[in-house]
Amino acid sequence: MLYSEKVMEHFASPHNVGELENADGIGEVGNAKCGDIMKMYLKIDNNVITDAKFKTFGCGAAIATSSMATDMVKGKPVSEALKLTNKAVVEALDGLPAQKLHCSVLAEQAIRSALSDYYTRQGIDPLPIVGEIGECASCS
Amino acid sequence: MKIYADNAATTPVLPEILSVMLPCFTENYGNPSSIYSLGMNALRAIEKARSQCAAAIGAKTNEIYFTGCGTEADNWAIKETARRLKREKSKTEIITTNFEHHAVLHCCQALEKDGFTVKYLPVDEYGYITASQVADAITDNTALVTIMYANNEIGTILPIPEIGKICREKGVIFHTDAVQAIGNVPINVVEQNIDMMSVSGHKIHAPKGVGFLYCKNGLKLDRFMHGGAQERGKRAGTENTAGIVALGEAITLATAGIEDRQAKIITMRDKLIKELSKIPASRVNGGVEDGKRLPGNVNMSFIGIEGESLLLNLDLAGISASSGSACTSGSLDPSHVLLALGLPHEIAHGSLRLSINEYNTDEEIDYIIETVPKVCAKIRAMSPLWEDLTHKPEMFERFAPQLSSIN
Repeated sequence: MLYSEKVMEHFASPHNVGELENADGIGEVGNAKCGDIMKMYLKIDNNVITDAKFKTFGCGAAIATSSMATDMVKGKPVSEALKLTNKAVVEALDGLPAQKLHCSVLAEQAIRSALSDYYTRQGIDPLPIVGEIGECASCS
Repeated sequence: MKIYADNAATTPVLPEILSVMLPCFTENYGNPSSIYSLGMNALRAIEKARSQCAAAIGAKTNEIYFTGCGTEADNWAIKETARRLKREKSKTEIITTNFEHHAVLHCCQALEKDGFTVKYLPVDEYGYITASQVADAITDNTALVTIMYANNEIGTILPIPEIGKICREKGVIFHTDAVQAIGNVPINVVEQNIDMMSVSGHKIHAPKGVGFLYCKNGLKLDRFMHGGAQERGKRAGTENTAGIVALGEAITLATAGIEDRQAKIITMRDKLIKELSKIPASRVNGGVEDGKRLPGNVNMSFIGIEGESLLLNLDLAGISASSGSACTSGSLDPSHVLLALGLPHEIAHGSLRLSINEYNTDEEIDYIIETVPKVCAKIRAMSPLWEDLTHKPEMFERFAPQLSSIN
């Protein structure tokens, strides 16, 4: 199995590791049984994601996709973050081995799960905006 | 510091072995099937290696069949023996264990599709089975018993002579995959009642791409590769002269003075196990009884840590190690060996295998002991699973019986 240099860069020195004390949205996806858990924290001011942090239990790809996905939503309006796809994360990392693509799906779901939590906290039903988060296909 | 601690995956070719190989490429390059002296010289080198392999395991030279790897020897022994006994005696049952190498397990699974029934004997929580488990499983329908000599992940050494004795008494053919055991455990196929045995070269400092199958005289062995007359017509294909010559040399070195080599390796192994067990919420996988664990094998689990990120971080620190079997690294499932011990997925995912040999030094062991706890702490600091466990001890209780203290 071969990881791209970009993946190894993000694995060796992941960006945005940690928690946000006053997070406006927190999302957690995956489970320990399948070997990956991602927890994302978002700080949102005036519909803009001003900060993003993560904690991840998982393989090299899980950590690299968490790092990249948080980078990609930071400073972006919520409406743009909602459009983040796992494919975009994979492309930004110069590709992932086929058996690790599910990690990028988890990263996308973790962001959406955190945004869903954000809307719920605002008293807004997240379902019409964020949609179903869904289960990772590899876990079900 | 660069430390190689994955000798159960493969080993470097030793200079003295390389030096006997090199002339096979450039001087003694004849086809061993050719009649002129260049060919005969190559054949002579192969037959010398065959004698060396035979001598190393107490076999006769005509009981050794060279193969391309240990996996090939397993495939040959298991599939051809099973199919022959089904054809000749209508026997359709195979007995093995649930923690074999995939080279054996996947052969058995392939035979299941061909109408065989496979009994996977369960190992206990330390990774052992007993000869009486085998005795109880054998029926009149049993074609073959195939049980590994020593486990590649957790290093447990199984009671092969006793299992072989039971099989002899019951008239059942007994095959063992000795890829991890050779050079670590003294093996004599006659004294230890072994009918068929697989060996690989690259675990004992020969190159990759060569191994052999031992098959006892008198036991029928079906042809594995159709073609020329090589390997007494049973395994066609021009011989890998250099690899075979290397294997002969390697097995001679590996099986000489096993006990002298082991004292040092066992001291280093036990130091690793003792010191790494101090990492909170860790456990040793496999038995630690004297003489029942491969001298160089360390296998531990650290909860809240995922094995691959542990390996990648260790690599960044200069340490080459493994998480379970390297062959399973392409899959997402935790090691079937650790699951066979009854470990939950959460613990099986966080395993580390270090396999050391006599070329590792005390300084290297100290560096590993210093580095692994740091890497574990780094990974746990960003692990939501670890965070949950430290904040909700009731979650931890579920795993407590299998781990050292969390604090």
